[in-house]
Amino acid sequence: MTEWEAVIGLEVHVQLATRSKIFSRAATSFGEYPNSNANAVDIALPGVLPVLNEEPIRMAIKFGLAIDAEIASSCRFDRKNYFYPDLPKGYQISQLDQPIVGRGALPIFLSDGSIREIGITRAHLEEDAGKSIHTAYDGFTGIDLNRAGTPLLEIVSEPELYSAAEAAAYFRELHGLVTTLEICDGNLNEGSMRCDANISIRPKGVETLGERTEIKNVNSFRFVEKALEYEIDRQIAVLDAGGEVVLETRLYDSERDETRSMRSKESSDDYRYFPDPDLLPVDITDEMIESVRVTVPELPTAKRNRYVLELGLTDYEEGRLIEDLNAARYFDAVAERGIDVKLAANWILGDVAAALNRDEISFANVPIAPDELGTLIQRIQDETITGKIAKSVFETLWAEGGSVDGTIENQGLRQLNDTSELENVVSQIISDHPGQVGQFRDGKEKILGFFVGQVMKATNGQANPKQVNEILRRELSVLPPTP
Amino acid sequence: MDQQTIDKLLSLCQLSLQPDDREKLLRDLSSIVELVDFMQSIDTDGVKPLAHPLEVNQRFRPDEPDTSFEQERYQAIAPQTRDGLYLVPRVVE
Amino acid sequence: MNPYANMAQLRSGLDNGDFSAEELVHFYLGRINAAADLNCFITVDSDRALAAAKSADKAIADKRTGPLTGIPIAHKDLFCTEGLLTSCASRMLHNFVAPYDATVVDRLRKAGAITLGKTNMDEFAMGSSNETSFYGPVKNPWNQACVPGGSSGGSAAAVAAGLAAACTGSDTGGSIRQPASFCGVTGLKPTYGRVSRYGMIAFASSLDQGGPIACTASDAGTLLNAMEGHDPNDSTSAIAEATDIDSSRRPLKIGIPSQYWNDLDSSMAKVLEAARHTLESLGHDCVPVELPHTEAAIAVYYVIAGAEASTNLSRYDGVRYGHRTTSPENLDDLYQFSRTEGFGSEVKRRILTGTYALSVGYYDAYYLKAQQIRRLIRQDFLDAFMEVDVLLTPVSPSTAFEREALIEDPVGMYQQDIYTTPASLAGLPALSLPCGMREQMPVGMQLIGPHFGESSILSLGCQYQNETDWHALHPAYEHD
Repeated sequence: MTEWEAVIGLEVHVQLATRSKIFSRAATSFGEYPNSNANAVDIALPGVLPVLNEEPIRMAIKFGLAIDAEIASSCRFDRKNYFYPDLPKGYQISQLDQPIVGRGALPIFLSDGSIREIGITRAHLEEDAGKSIHTAYDGFTGIDLNRAGTPLLEIVSEPELYSAAEAAAYFRELHGLVTTLEICDGNLNEGSMRCDANISIRPKGVETLGERTEIKNVNSFRFVEKALEYEIDRQIAVLDAGGEVVLETRLYDSERDETRSMRSKESSDDYRYFPDPDLLPVDITDEMIESVRVTVPELPTAKRNRYVLELGLTDYEEGRLIEDLNAARYFDAVAERGIDVKLAANWILGDVAAALNRDEISFANVPIAPDELGTLIQRIQDETITGKIAKSVFETLWAEGGSVDGTIENQGLRQLNDTSELENVVSQIISDHPGQVGQFRDGKEKILGFFVGQVMKATNGQANPKQVNEILRRELSVLPPTP
Repeated sequence: MDQQTIDKLLSLCQLSLQPDDREKLLRDLSSIVELVDFMQSIDTDGVKPLAHPLEVNQRFRPDEPDTSFEQERYQAIAPQTRDGLYLVPRVVE
Repeated sequence: MNPYANMAQLRSGLDNGDFSAEELVHFYLGRINAAADLNCFITVDSDRALAAAKSADKAIADKRTGPLTGIPIAHKDLFCTEGLLTSCASRMLHNFVAPYDATVVDRLRKAGAITLGKTNMDEFAMGSSNETSFYGPVKNPWNQACVPGGSSGGSAAAVAAGLAAACTGSDTGGSIRQPASFCGVTGLKPTYGRVSRYGMIAFASSLDQGGPIACTASDAGTLLNAMEGHDPNDSTSAIAEATDIDSSRRPLKIGIPSQYWNDLDSSMAKVLEAARHTLESLGHDCVPVELPHTEAAIAVYYVIAGAEASTNLSRYDGVRYGHRTTSPENLDDLYQFSRTEGFGSEVKRRILTGTYALSVGYYDAYYLKAQQIRRLIRQDFLDAFMEVDVLLTPVSPSTAFEREALIEDPVGMYQQDIYTTPASLAGLPALSLPCGMREQMPVGMQLIGPHFGESSILSLGCQYQNETDWHALHPAYEHD
C-alpha cells in the first residue's frame, strides 16, 4: 500500500476593515437594506470611475511588514474580466503580476509543540463582488451590491501545508494576525475571511506535485479541517483505486460533510487580465512604509512568547488570550499594574469571561475598567479583602460600577486581620460547639473546615482565612479536657 | 482568425450572431487583424509598454465614507428590482 | 440675430442688452427644430433651457456674469446629464436617463452655460462618419449627401449650422478634430488628463478626452477654461496650470512632419501649404521634423482602443440599467440577447477585436506590442518637441466623404484616422481649425502641442483666425 502525503496551499481572502470601499466612497457596513450601500461606482453606472482609497494600501503594507515580506515600491491594478450578475462592471479590479506584498512567512504552531514557518507567496488587493440571493424569489436570483467594492487582501500561501490540521492551524494563525493588526474584524460568520484550498496528494518522499483540486469558499477553522480531511481521503481513495484526480473546483457541503464538483462555468477560463486604464501605477514610498511600520503592534508570536516564557502562563491561558485581541489587550492592561499575572489570568479567563458570556458582551466592552480589576486583585494580594469578598465586590462593580476601594469601604468588607478579635470569635465558636470539638479531638481533622466556616459566617466572610486556620488549630489543641 | 475563434470570442463577450452575419464578421475581423498586424514590422526589443500617455502615479483618497446618494434614483432606471434587489433569471449554482 | 455669432459676440450682445438669454435660447431652439433633417440632436431640452435662460437673464441684470452666462451650448450625448436621456447613440442606452451630471456638464453649467440638448454621435463614439448612431446618421450642413465626420458629428454639424453657440465633444482617436474639419469649425482635443472623464461614458479610458467644438479658437479656449482642471473623481485627471491663450505671442518654431505631408492628396496639400505660408507670414518659422512611427499609429490605436472598449462595455448587461431583452429564460440569454440587441455592428466588431487582442495567446503579440509601439510614438513626439514648439499637420486625408462610402469597409474607415490617432496615443493636445476649401467642402489643419501646451496652440489658432476668414465661412444650408 502506498503511503500518501497531502500538499495544501491556501488562498485566504481577508476583508479589510476600512470605513469606505476600495474604489468608491460608499460605506462598508453590513446587514443594511439591499443595495443601500451601493453607489454609482458600485453599480457601475456609465461614466463612473474608480478612485483609490489610501487605507487598504496602508493595511496591506501593515500585513506585509508583519510577515516580513517585501513591499512593492510600485504596484498596479488589473482588470479580471468575466460576466456574473454580482460583478457589475463585468470585470473585477485586482492585481495580477504586480502585487503590493511579495514573499513573506508566517510561523504556525503544530500540535506536537513545534513551530514551522509557512511561506506566503504574495498578498494582493482586490475588490469584493456583491451577493447573489438564490432563495428569495421563484425563478429569479436577487443581486445585492452592498458588498461590491469592499477591499479584500488575498493572501496566497506556498503549498507547504501537509495535513488538514496544519491548514487549519495556518488559517487560525492568519486570523490571529489580521485581527491583531486590526486590518480585519475577523468575523468568520459574516465572511470576513474566506478560504480557498488547493490540494493534491503524492506518495511520501516524492518531490513532484500530483494533480490538484480547489475547494472554494470555506469560512471556518473547523470546516477547513473537515473539508480537507474529506478531500484528502477522497483523493487517496481515487488513487488507490487506480483512478486519476481531475483538476477541478469543488464545493464543501458542511451539512453532508463532503466536497462536490462544481458545475464548471463555461468560458470563464480566459480572464483577459490587463492593467486597468482608469487607475495609475501606485507608488509606495519609504515614508509611507515607515509611517505604517510605527503602527504595527506586538505580533501574536512575540505575544505568545511573552505570555508563556516571561509571564509563565499556561498554554491554555495563552491560547485563549491570543485568540481574542481584546481579551489580550484587557489582560495586558490589568497585568501592567504589577500584580500577580497568574491571578490576573485566572480572573480574566474565569470570572470576567463568565460574566461577559452571561451578559453577551465582548472583551471590547468589559464594564469594569482594567485598572479597577487590577486594584481588586491588588486588594486580594495585600490581604485587604478575601478572595470570597473579592467575588462579591466584582459583582457589585459589574452591576453598579464604582471603585474597588470605595466599595470595600462603603460596605465594610475589609478583611478582619486583628488577631485578638479573631481569637474572641474563635473562643466563642469553640464553646458553642462542644460536640464538634470532641470529634476533632478524636482525630477527625476534617471537622476543622466546619469551624472555619462558622468563623467566616460570624465575620461575614471577612476573616483572614489563614489567620483563622492558625488560631483554630492552636485553640483546639490547647483546650482543657472536657469535664 | 476562423469561425472557431469567433465562437470563442462571442462567448467571452456574451454576444450572439445571426448565421448570415458570420461570413461578413469573419471577413471584417480578418481584415482588421491584417491591419493591426502591421505592428509586427516594428522592432520593439527592450521597449517598455506604455499604459498611460502621462506617466504619473495614482493619488489616494482619504478613507471617508460618503452616504449622500439615493438608492431609489438608481433603482428607478433598473429593468427589474424587488425589495431593493436587482433581479436576474435564476442562477443555478 | 446672427446664428453664426461667436461666443465673444454673444457675450457682448447679452451684456449690452441687445437680446436676452431667453430670446437667444428661443432663437436656437427654433433653428434646431427647423434643422431636424440634419439630425444633429438626439434630445432637445427646451423647458430646462428656457428656465436656465431666465436665471441667466436675472444674473445678467444683476451683473453677476461669468464668460459663459447665458451662452446656449449642447453636449455630446455621452456626457451624463442628470434627469436627461444620455444614450451614447446606442439602443443599449436608449432608455438611460442619467442620475448624475458629468463633471464637464456640471462645470459648464456652473460657469453659466445653458444646455440646449444632447447631440448625435457615433454609437459609443465608435466611428468616423456618424453613421453608426442608433438614432440615424447626421448630415453635413455643407453638403447633405456627405458625412459630418465622427464620432462628435452631431456637435460639429450643430455648430456649423448655427444650432448652438458651441458644443462639447469627445476625442478618442480624432472624434473632435475630424468632424470639426469636415464641418469647417474649430475643435480642440485637450491633453489627456486636462479635462475630467467623470461622467463621460467611456470608450477607451487611456485615450478618451472631452473638449470643445466652437466657431473660433478663442471660443474653444473660453470653453476649455470652464471644463479643465483636476477632478478628484477621476484618478487620471491631471493637476496642471490653467490654459491661458493670451500668454504666448512669441514667434514659434513650427514642425512640419514629413510622415503627415508626403502622401497627402495634392488638392489637400495645396490648401495646407497655403495655411503654412500664412503662419510663416505671421512671423513663425516652419522646419521639417520626423515622426518615424506614425504609420503604425492606426494599428496601435485600434488594438488599444478596442481592448479597453471591450471591457469598458462589459457593464452593459441588462441587469441594472439600459436595454434588457424581453423574457430571458436564463442568465446567458439575458446577457447575450440584451447585448446583441443593444449594440450595433461597429460596436460589436470593436468588442470582438479588443477581446481578441487581450485573450490568451494573443496578448503579447497584440496588446503588449501595441503598448510598446505606443511608447515609441510618444517618444517621437517628445523628441520633436525638443526642436519645435508645435506641429502643423492635416487633420484628415480628405474632406467629408459621401455617406455609405465606407460603411461596409471598416478598415477603410479606420484609415481616415491616420493623422489624428498619433497625438491621441501620445496624449497630446491638438487643435483642428478650418484652413481652406476643396470642392466646396471645408479643409482642416491640425496644430499639435506638447503636453499641457493648449495655450500655445490656441494662441496660434487665434492669430491664424485673426489673419484669415476660413472660420467665418458658413454652409449655404439654410432652413428658414
